[in-house]
Amino acid sequence: MATSASRKKPSPPAIEIGRETKSELYRLQLELRYCEKRAYDLFLQNLIKGTSHLSLGQEAIAAAFGVAMRPDDWTFCTYRGHAHTLARGASMEGVLGELMGRQCGLLGGKGGSMHLTDVAKGAMGSYAIIGAHLPVAAGAAWSAQYRGTEQVSVCFFGDGTTNIGAFHEALNFAAVWKLPVVYVCENNLYMEYTPISAVTAVEHPAADRASAYGLPSIVVDGNDADAVYKVASDALVKARAGGGPSLIEAMTYRHSGHSRADPGKYRPEGELEKWLLRDPLIMYRDRLLKEGFNELTLKDMEATAMGKVDAATTTAKASPLPSLDDIEKNVWADGGSAWRN
Amino acid sequence: MAELTYRDAVAAGIAQEMERDERVVFLGEDVADAGGVFKATVGLLDKFGPKRVRDCPISEQAILGAAMGAAMTGLRPIAEIMFSDFLAVCWDIVANEIAKSRYMTNGQISLPLVIRTANGAGSRFGAQHSQAVENWAMMIPGIKVVAPAFPADVKGLLAAAVRDPDPVLFFEQKSLYPMKGEVPDGEYVDQLGKAKVLRSGKDCTIVALASMVHKAMDAAAALEKEHGIACTVIDLRSLVPLDTQTILAEVGKTGRLFTVEENPRLCGWGAEIVSIVAEECFWNLDAPIMRITTPHVPLPSADLLEDNTIPSVARIVREIREKMG
Repeated sequence: MATSASRKKPSPPAIEIGRETKSELYRLQLELRYCEKRAYDLFLQNLIKGTSHLSLGQEAIAAAFGVAMRPDDWTFCTYRGHAHTLARGASMEGVLGELMGRQCGLLGGKGGSMHLTDVAKGAMGSYAIIGAHLPVAAGAAWSAQYRGTEQVSVCFFGDGTTNIGAFHEALNFAAVWKLPVVYVCENNLYMEYTPISAVTAVEHPAADRASAYGLPSIVVDGNDADAVYKVASDALVKARAGGGPSLIEAMTYRHSGHSRADPGKYRPEGELEKWLLRDPLIMYRDRLLKEGFNELTLKDMEATAMGKVDAATTTAKASPLPSLDDIEKNVWADGGSAWRN
Repeated sequence: MAELTYRDAVAAGIAQEMERDERVVFLGEDVADAGGVFKATVGLLDKFGPKRVRDCPISEQAILGAAMGAAMTGLRPIAEIMFSDFLAVCWDIVANEIAKSRYMTNGQISLPLVIRTANGAGSRFGAQHSQAVENWAMMIPGIKVVAPAFPADVKGLLAAAVRDPDPVLFFEQKSLYPMKGEVPDGEYVDQLGKAKVLRSGKDCTIVALASMVHKAMDAAAALEKEHGIACTVIDLRSLVPLDTQTILAEVGKTGRLFTVEENPRLCGWGAEIVSIVAEECFWNLDAPIMRITTPHVPLPSADLLEDNTIPSVARIVREIREKMG
């Protein structure tokens, strides 16, 4: 995706992206894609209830950050958070199990699709109220700054989030306190069902607002895992070095509707097809072949990823349902829910 | 024992905890340089420095969000929301995020944080700066709700709130800030969820909170002196956890219950107390229970109107005397 002349072009990375990293980026994109597709299939089989917001088509962003981040960095994401949670290393059966409401779910069935969390892996929660997690990510960054740990908080959100107050509160707060936080706007062109351009005063909902917080305007092709990886690495280095926050706008497109209930019929004819030609996985596979990766190696990676999804599906399906005793557990730190004596 | 104002007890409580624990940090609007608009945090910046005592922009969502993010990653923040009315602009962070995160993540996220806020009437500030909103907090599972009436309780309960592993909303009654009282010297920590019986009488039980405790005590003195009615007065001190055992025991002795509440009528905290008493000690009651509350109106500003909207000592005396026959 071209950046306009007025926008800061990401500076070149300190090192070229090595083959091992590229392999890792492809592996992760595969796993995210196959797992999201499996989630969709499980819906159709009525094994997953409620709603779900898939990241099909947007995997390059989650994968690139997942690979670029340090294990002790923190991820904050939205209800469209399956990919971001998996990208930090959360177990696939934990994710699918949670979607299916099973005991093996990351949250034991208490959170569901929109709240995936795996604190041990640095996945600090999926937040279902638009904008709420931006200040929370700033707070985690404050904690890292206070304790001098050089950890970075990375916060993902959609284009629609840029029009809610918490976005602006958090960006200003993070800039004034020079916090080690990276804000990543995944601009998939639609706030739920409405084109973001129809409800936003500027062309780039995040990047065009960056100057209001004294931050450079950064737009990156969110369907190019390498491009995102470079921008991510820069922002992480800057944050760790005490350079303060970054705001990155990654241009992308979701292949499915906003949620399970949405067939995406509001999209103009031909738009999806155009973006399918820019499918991050297909583009990345082509690039790897051009760069000398062996076709058989890629096929092997694809089979391995699918095998992992299949195994996780089997485990999740076999997992028992949650215990009814859990309903009144874990409101408080003592494990219970008592509000009176 | 030293005599401290309610406002100085706030600073004393925070200072005690910040001295004890490096993880305790304090943030809010005008709290550092200015020492708070109610001067309740004077001296903390000098004592602990700008790294731990931080002024924030007028961004209540950012303040509470930052407190939450810091708490889940190892700090123990105290955040100030200048007026409790402003909780409405960051209620998402309180009710949807802070209160629910532990439960929704099946115990993965801990939020040891305190939100302090100036609550209640008496300052003629009108309907958006004078509300008593502790009942808003009481109905959300996952937050503890504390509202002290005395300087000693401010210090002791604030310290307990900071040490508590769960989020606590700490309501300071702004009309009480100048009030003086004895506060234990040295390290002082109280316990959340314990009501106090401030006065014992055989005829009826009055349950009150924050500034209403003082009005209930004055009313009880007048009822005894002028009408020979002996009242028990309970200071609830916290709504969550709620000390129902003390309430049930005292109501069991007197057979009569009155609540005195600053909240507007509908769903004020007294409604829950009354419901518990009706369910669990109905046969010990000698007469219907009565709630003495603010009428169900936004709070007016003029002193004459405000004084006649919030339960007054005269009104508490009159209502109890009429009911007691």
